[in-house]
Amino acid sequence: MGALSIRNVRKTYGHAEVLKGIDIEIEAGEFLILVGPSGCGKSTLLSLIAGLDAPTSGAIHIGGRDVTGVPSRDRDIAMVFQSYALYPNMNVARNIAFGLEMRGVPRAEREAAVQRVAAMLQIGHLLDRKPGQLSGGQRQRVAMGRALARNPALFLFDEPLSNLDAKLRVEMRAEIKLLHQRTRTTTVYVTHDQIEAMTLGDRIAVMKDGAIEQFGTPDDIYSRPATRFVAEFIGSPAMNLITARRTADGLAADGIALPLSEAHREGLAATDEVAYGLRPEHLGFGDDGLPGTLAVLEPTGPETYALVETALGLLTVRVAGRLGLGVGEPVKLCWNSDAVHLFHGRSGARLV
Amino acid sequence: MRWRRLLLWAALIVFAAVFLMPLYVMLTTSLKDMAEIRAGNLLALPQAPTFAAWQKAWQSACTGTNCGGLAPFFGNSVVMVVPAVLVSTAIGAINGYVLSKWRFRGSELVFGLLLFGVFMPMQVVLLPMSQVLGWLGIASSITGLVVVHVLAGMPSTTLFFRNYYAGLPDELIKAAMLDGAGFWRIFARIVLPLLTPIIMVALIWQFTQIWNDFLYGVVFSGLDSKPVTVALNNLANTSSAVKEYNVDMAAALIAALPTLAVYVIAGRYFLRGLTAGAVKF
Repeated sequence: MGALSIRNVRKTYGHAEVLKGIDIEIEAGEFLILVGPSGCGKSTLLSLIAGLDAPTSGAIHIGGRDVTGVPSRDRDIAMVFQSYALYPNMNVARNIAFGLEMRGVPRAEREAAVQRVAAMLQIGHLLDRKPGQLSGGQRQRVAMGRALARNPALFLFDEPLSNLDAKLRVEMRAEIKLLHQRTRTTTVYVTHDQIEAMTLGDRIAVMKDGAIEQFGTPDDIYSRPATRFVAEFIGSPAMNLITARRTADGLAADGIALPLSEAHREGLAATDEVAYGLRPEHLGFGDDGLPGTLAVLEPTGPETYALVETALGLLTVRVAGRLGLGVGEPVKLCWNSDAVHLFHGRSGARLV
Repeated sequence: MRWRRLLLWAALIVFAAVFLMPLYVMLTTSLKDMAEIRAGNLLALPQAPTFAAWQKAWQSACTGTNCGGLAPFFGNSVVMVVPAVLVSTAIGAINGYVLSKWRFRGSELVFGLLLFGVFMPMQVVLLPMSQVLGWLGIASSITGLVVVHVLAGMPSTTLFFRNYYAGLPDELIKAAMLDGAGFWRIFARIVLPLLTPIIMVALIWQFTQIWNDFLYGVVFSGLDSKPVTVALNNLANTSSAVKEYNVDMAAALIAALPTLAVYVIAGRYFLRGLTAGAVKF
């Protein structure tokens, strides 16, 4: 029995089709990420799961129960909002206990829940403060505490880290992961950040234009992207993509033959134009290979991104540590043909 | 630099004096007796200040054939203004809540129609309104005036509140819905505590409008339900042998005192409420 099951859900506003038939199924305890660029429908999908909006057609099941027409408060869910949406006139303790109070939980139990949650999130010293007196990170914790207090069957996050600065974002990301490992509450998490998606998710649904491009584990998504869009969206720096044409014995771009594995060769038959993809970490410098010149060096500390001008265009190479070469120097790029991703030139679908 | 500042101050003082002059004349005249007024020194301070004119205006001046002063009419105004202000503000708060946080199909249209009410000249509704009050059996009564003022004020209060609610994040309402609260509980527990600034604006605005209203008061009131503004007009127009300027001035000041008091006491809230989204989330 799935913990959350979304079945052929569609949503239209007037003539605009925002969701075009979404199917997702996850098991209890899993951490589902909805990721995609803005306008892809991920937040709309979350609102439908939360019951804040109704789907035009399709069904949503939570814990085996059809909740499609059920109001939010009876869905046994809790949500953390992007703006945190803490009640400004109540102190932290009352914010956390509000949901329990609305459900008629006796005072003693409410206080116990507040103490439990405060200990878990280390916000015990903040319980008497009003939200206006808290920093961004503290508000974030309180918002999570409010959601945790009820022990919901499903936890929803709507871009919860996007209002924090970079350092705090990384800290809170780890904390959310830790929290999930401890509570094992089924979670749906919306983000536009592919790093959050990769680091937090058990399953990732990559969305674009109201449809799911790929649904799978982070490893699936990264090592076998189903479409050209997914390949470009996930991974930083982004995958190098070269437009290539089929030749008698393989692929070529601008007259340069591109190395292919046997498996790739068999999958090629279907099409003329192909996008030839290489992740930056699969490119290396060697004595032999594609000639080019170093155009830009971006050292990040632990690794360096090198942009190389070649006959195939500007390619990004990712190497560990520092690179002992200077801008303008000639280099040769080599790669293993097994690491190549091939996508259909027009549809963008993965070949092989 | 110093000269410029001095010039600025001088200009400001002149303007202030021009605007305060009538008030000064009213106040001093109301404290003089008729003999001193007849002497013609309009700007002079009273030589023997007396509250006799105030007492007469309050207790025994004639408004038409009734010679009981302004007191009963002042009472009428109070009895009219308190429920009218409270009810129109409450309705505005609920209307705005629905129109901005619980939208429904056609809610924008409803709001548009309500806005008509803000800009519609009052004269347009006089005849139909008196017809309706007659049907309801509350013509020429204070109850009728309260109903008229509630209806006339509702568009403005709704507009105030709706615009204020627009600054409250929708996520606040959604969070409360997920927490299990309904329409009224969200209003009472989450929204209402955030409304203080705009409630002050609505109260002050409505109080001033309703207390100072003359047109509805003169059209829809009966003999014993006239508000103080109408009585003041009658007092000033009741012809007797001599025109008692001191009594007229005192009566005008009495009629204006409540709105003045409201501005002095609550004026800063008015400014704060109008200029703010002062609530921090």
